[in-house]
Amino acid sequence: MNLQQKFLMDLVTKNVRIDKRGFEEYRKIIIEKDAVEKAEGSARVKIGETEVLAGVKLEVGEPFPDKPKEGVLITSAEFSPIASPDFEKGPPNAHAIELARVVDRGIRESKTIELEKLLIEEGKVWKVYVDIQIINHAGNLIDASALASIMALLNAKIPEYDGQKINYEKKGKKLPVKYKPVAVTLVKIGSNILVDANLEEEEIATARLTVTTKDNGNICALQKGGSAPFTFEELESAVELAKKKGDELRKLL
Amino acid sequence: MKREDGRKPHELRPVEIKAGVLPRATGSALVKMGKTHALVAVYGPRSLHPRHLQLSDKALLQTNYTMMSFSTTERVRPGYSRRSIEISKVIKDALGPVVYAEEFPKATIDVYIDIIQADAGTRTAAINAASVALADAGVPMRDLVTAVAVGKIEDQFVVDLTGKEEEVTKCDMPIAYVPRGKKITLLQLDGDVSHEDFKELLKLATKACETIYEKQRQALIEKWSKRL
Repeated sequence: MNLQQKFLMDLVTKNVRIDKRGFEEYRKIIIEKDAVEKAEGSARVKIGETEVLAGVKLEVGEPFPDKPKEGVLITSAEFSPIASPDFEKGPPNAHAIELARVVDRGIRESKTIELEKLLIEEGKVWKVYVDIQIINHAGNLIDASALASIMALLNAKIPEYDGQKINYEKKGKKLPVKYKPVAVTLVKIGSNILVDANLEEEEIATARLTVTTKDNGNICALQKGGSAPFTFEELESAVELAKKKGDELRKLL
Repeated sequence: MKREDGRKPHELRPVEIKAGVLPRATGSALVKMGKTHALVAVYGPRSLHPRHLQLSDKALLQTNYTMMSFSTTERVRPGYSRRSIEISKVIKDALGPVVYAEEFPKATIDVYIDIIQADAGTRTAAINAASVALADAGVPMRDLVTAVAVGKIEDQFVVDLTGKEEEVTKCDMPIAYVPRGKKITLLQLDGDVSHEDFKELLKLATKACETIYEKQRQALIEKWSKRL
């Protein structure tokens, strides 16, 4: 642990964060919808200096064999080197894949998209691609990505399709999106639990927990990360806190 | 001839250039040429690994051009394509001549270009953004590089083609130009043109580049004058 990190640790034990936020306080959140014209739906989310762009693209394709009457959801994340000197070019690494899968589960397991309404005809469905692009990495990428993804989906419109060709210029009805799942990530620093860790805090955090809740407060995805364990008491208060913060974030959508 | 967006034949799309838009990069820039948006980050000069790639007498300039999946009408598959590899290469060759790479032996200067939204002219927007980002990073340069694509629709020479215009133009010729030295550092052409037309297109392109050059300079002044 370097000097800066030790300083941060000492502060946290005194109940202080480097940017003077409370432990349960997010940085300033800015959500901009329709950020990319070519996408069927898109959103830019900033949490402090963290910035994420999500875009929804639709294609006509085949359903999965085990769900022949449902549309398909595919979520991926790109950690472009523009966002951080630590990101390298090339195919997504474990961090990018984990992030995409956590965001995907939040949307999929909450049944947010009414995939059964995306059947066009037998053997032909809409495929919904949610692509997440990190623009600037300043910590808490999961929450920013989940917010950007759901905002992009909420504003996505299905293009016209005549059975042969998609006319992307003619946007028709809205993508059937029922809920607003929101991810809240907490980190453990020492014995303290904090929300919305910035980059420096993430570096000294020993564990991480992402809790995705939907509108009725139900949990639809969980992901623990990091090497340190959580006690039952910590988990209980973490989930409690995540639900509360989730409701606050949902109001921004 | 009427252009789809009502522009005059020799008129550029609205150009917007911003320097220093990415906090974690050494230098960065966002360039919008109409609906084509390019975002560039520059890292370095920094040490180059693996070491066998190091050049003993100068820095290695590395460029990476990629399109975001949702940047076009039909989704782009993430990762590299033959097209993006070629474009990365021609962009590197377009920027190389102005960079004082010999000042930084064994180092690398990394230029990452992400196309947020594409409506033709992505490589030229990328070059405009990359040279501002390099200057913003403090990389010593002989001049900025400025770029535009020109074409011929019906009997009219036009600058800065849109995606729709690219479908009907007789030729599509992107160029990169170094105004101070009056040198061409990128030249490509698809289509069918006479030698006479080629000369005309070249003249037209360099003139448009002068306009972009001024906007690039303004973007740098705008960012760096605030710091004083």
